[in-house]
Amino acid sequence: MLKYFAEELLNKCSSLRKKWEDEVKKLIEKRPERRQRFSTVSDHEIKRLYTPEDIKDLDFEKDINFPGEYPFTRGVHYTGYRGRLWTYRMFSGLGTAKDTNERWHLLLKEGQTGLSTAFDFPTLMGYDSDSPRSAGEVGKCGVAIDTLEDFLVLVEGIPLGEVTTSMTINPPATVMWSMYIACAQKQGVSLDKIGGTIQNDMLKEFIAQKTFMLPPEPSMKLISDTIEFGTKYVPKWNTISISGYHIREAGSTAIQELAFTLRDGMEYVEHAMKTKKLEPDEFAPRLSFFFNSHIDFFEEICKMRAARKIWAHVMKHRYKAKNPRSWWMRFHTQTAGCSLTAQQPYNNVVRTAVEALAAVLGGTQSLHTNSLDEVYCLPTEHAVQIALRTQQIIAEETGVANTIDPLAGSYFVEKLTKEMEEGAWEYIEKIDNMGGMLAAIDAGYPQMEIANAAYKFQQQIEEGDKVIVGVNKYVTEEAQECPILEIDESVEREQLNRLNEVKRKRDDKAVKKALDDLRRVCKKDENVMPYCIEAVKALATEQEICDVYREVYGEYRDPGFF
Amino acid sequence: MSDRKLRIMVAKPGLDGHDRGARILARYFRDCGYEVIYTGCHQTPEQIVEAAIQEDVDLIGLSCLSGAHKELFPKVVKLLREKGAEDIVVIGGGIIPKQDFQYLYDQGIKEVFTPGTPLEEIKEWIDKNVKVEDRIL
Amino acid sequence: MEQERLEQVFERIKNGDVRLVSRLIRNLEDKVPEAKEVIKYIYPYTGNAKVVGITGAPGAGKSTITDFLISSFRAQDKTVGVLAVDPTSPFTGGALLGDRVRMQNHAGDSGVFIRSLATRGALGGLSAAVEDAIHVLDVMGKDIIIVETVGTGQSEVDIMNNAHTILVVLTPGMGDDVQTIKAGIMEIADIFVINKGDQPGARKLYMDLMRALDMMQDLPGGWKPPIVKLESIAKPAEYANQVDSLKEKIEEHFRFLKDQKMWELREMRKARVQLINAIESQVLSPILELLQKDGEFDNMVQKIAEKEISPHEFAEQIRGKYLKI
Repeated sequence: MLKYFAEELLNKCSSLRKKWEDEVKKLIEKRPERRQRFSTVSDHEIKRLYTPEDIKDLDFEKDINFPGEYPFTRGVHYTGYRGRLWTYRMFSGLGTAKDTNERWHLLLKEGQTGLSTAFDFPTLMGYDSDSPRSAGEVGKCGVAIDTLEDFLVLVEGIPLGEVTTSMTINPPATVMWSMYIACAQKQGVSLDKIGGTIQNDMLKEFIAQKTFMLPPEPSMKLISDTIEFGTKYVPKWNTISISGYHIREAGSTAIQELAFTLRDGMEYVEHAMKTKKLEPDEFAPRLSFFFNSHIDFFEEICKMRAARKIWAHVMKHRYKAKNPRSWWMRFHTQTAGCSLTAQQPYNNVVRTAVEALAAVLGGTQSLHTNSLDEVYCLPTEHAVQIALRTQQIIAEETGVANTIDPLAGSYFVEKLTKEMEEGAWEYIEKIDNMGGMLAAIDAGYPQMEIANAAYKFQQQIEEGDKVIVGVNKYVTEEAQECPILEIDESVEREQLNRLNEVKRKRDDKAVKKALDDLRRVCKKDENVMPYCIEAVKALATEQEICDVYREVYGEYRDPGFF
Repeated sequence: MSDRKLRIMVAKPGLDGHDRGARILARYFRDCGYEVIYTGCHQTPEQIVEAAIQEDVDLIGLSCLSGAHKELFPKVVKLLREKGAEDIVVIGGGIIPKQDFQYLYDQGIKEVFTPGTPLEEIKEWIDKNVKVEDRIL
Repeated sequence: MEQERLEQVFERIKNGDVRLVSRLIRNLEDKVPEAKEVIKYIYPYTGNAKVVGITGAPGAGKSTITDFLISSFRAQDKTVGVLAVDPTSPFTGGALLGDRVRMQNHAGDSGVFIRSLATRGALGGLSAAVEDAIHVLDVMGKDIIIVETVGTGQSEVDIMNNAHTILVVLTPGMGDDVQTIKAGIMEIADIFVINKGDQPGARKLYMDLMRALDMMQDLPGGWKPPIVKLESIAKPAEYANQVDSLKEKIEEHFRFLKDQKMWELREMRKARVQLINAIESQVLSPILELLQKDGEFDNMVQKIAEKEISPHEFAEQIRGKYLKI
């Protein structure tokens, strides 16, 4: 073992600490500290001071090491951000495909380096715009996509061989990916040239975000289908983005976010190995992650450092992956939507900047910064511009990207990283003992852990134990308004007309045949992707395809754990 | 000697699954001593209204974060009226811009609570505005 | 309440007036005196519904089973009423009633009425409210009434005694070994359901249960409780088929009760429990409330705790004062 400090230093440190503690004790008797107990936003306790003693048991090589080297605590790349900055990837989508296409072109012009699609709720849930369930929701929270025709408009003028695109889509991930593939083919770009990500992470939906369609097991099957298809034909595509973001938004602690996300990742790896007979090294390099960057600066940085370390360990030792690329955890980060406040909305710019900085110091590969008005609605163009500029200022003015992992070696940062890691392992082992994540979800375990944490945090807010500026402290009477983007009600009508038009002109026989083929394949347990692509090309709607899934696999409904 | 207890339904209409707020409220209402019926996510207005009537609730709290509140909240009120249950009080919450409040009030939503509202404020509102009406029998 | 109004209320229940029925059940829970009047009035018209009780540990999947049973009975055009009972928090008096979440798909079907009840914890009160609610749904014309309770305590056993057929739901790997459920529940089960029967430990649970059943003697009328295995709702179509066979077992049990003239025995059992509950809620509860109101109860507790006077002595005094015996 390669100890971080020599015995001599530690001894000296210990005696100096005792002296210091005596002084502190005397002092706080006269003037107490601001509070009895200090803790992070996740209520993880933080000590008064960290010293070499706190990290005396760390092994320099096994716990920290160098960037680009196992266990990648300091980052997966040898040159950090000196080689290449993170990707500015702003999540956007609104109204019709045409509206979103315009926003995308604007963002690319403003210096954004990757695209990220927000779909509206009907699309996210596998319903067409003309479903009765979609009334009032079309185009509201993202772009409405019903058929390939919409998708072609969405990517018009975007060179799919050059720009990478992330799609936040889960239950209908096979359908949206099929549309993207079909568009690429129309542009004459071969599948090995396209790059991007589909979120495609159903476990966190059952756990936290509740955008679900099929029961857990068939959901896993579709995911493994995409992993297999990607491995074979679309090698530059990240077929899953294993997400902690939504777990955190649902109210989890940082450690829960870390633990549940990683345990989800393990579940996907195991499922693909078991059902597709794939070796981890065949697909693991294309697994990507997605974390939240919340307001507690150091906790977030340490969470991200710990995440890389645990994943590397898991891939190397638990799944015996041999390719170092399989050990890499690459992740996207979004600043915490739940930390923003409707009160005094301009304060959100500050929150987002701090969170973005944490994500950068945590070593993210790409970043979305929230706009100040996202507590009200989809962001206005001006608000998006400020959010994007926030990233650009951090990257190109502040100098934080000049050196790699600048906080390493801080007693506090290394100790907190270790605590994040240990806390996560505790959860992971617990879930292993329950029989894995599917069994844990079935028992409502992660759901309840999150709900309990969320409730506790709320109580701390109510009691003023935790402060949210403008909400429970420094409250101003007058509401500070900001301009708001309204999605016109005409979007829904326009989209319905488009859909009717497509339905009228398409070849119904071809649609029926494509859907019948898909149904047959679903029942046979074959990979659905090739058939899904055919159905999309025949202009089957998203819902028609999802209805086939629902028919064959059944529907999952909110079990409402309490 | 009767022993009235307020019954509250916490419901999530529409397609979004952001249930953090709804669940916190459901739990808080229980801790206030109310009886709480939670519907789960992705409920249609029809499902909500039918459940509210069968459960004989005094108040429905709707939570929506998808931007579809202007469609969904009024629909719940309208269906309650059609079923002769307009005495059930409806309130709403979620991501709702201020400019939509008046429209919702006009449609019969009695109050709108947005993120950052202290829970106690909601309880005070309920205690002041929601009573168990003696009715029917 | 006047005869005429009672008559009207009765007609409205019979015609399936949902608002009236749900408020009536509410008033029964809230102990509104005139609600009892209604029950007294409609009682002679009860006795048409078949009552199925479902009990088991939290998380065993009772609500899901109920949900699928509703569909199964509805497929035969039988109307269904559900009473789902959840515990009241002893600390706050509030309750979170979440069983309904899993049954929301029956919305829009006027042949289904679902109602959540909180235990409220009053002496005999819960069972009384559930019993009365059963009467109401019975008069409302529901063919099948499913009563779902959590746990296996005495009050659940009391509620279950209102059922013609009692289902006890067990799951593997949740500490539901046969030892832990023996007391009380084992004896009253008419059908055992092993839910999540695809999970590890299901076989062992099945074998243990078989063995325990083999050892049971004096099975009334010779009915040996069958064990029905349900697997995972991850496969909804298969699960629905399995619940269909559970429903068939329930109907088989109904037929058995009728054929063996056991139905009357069950009715007698129900009547006995109902009478005891009625006495508890109408005689015992009011006395307790009176004692509590003027602080006498607390005084007595104090004296008993200080070993000054025994509880029996107080009970005798109370009996003499209120019951004159």
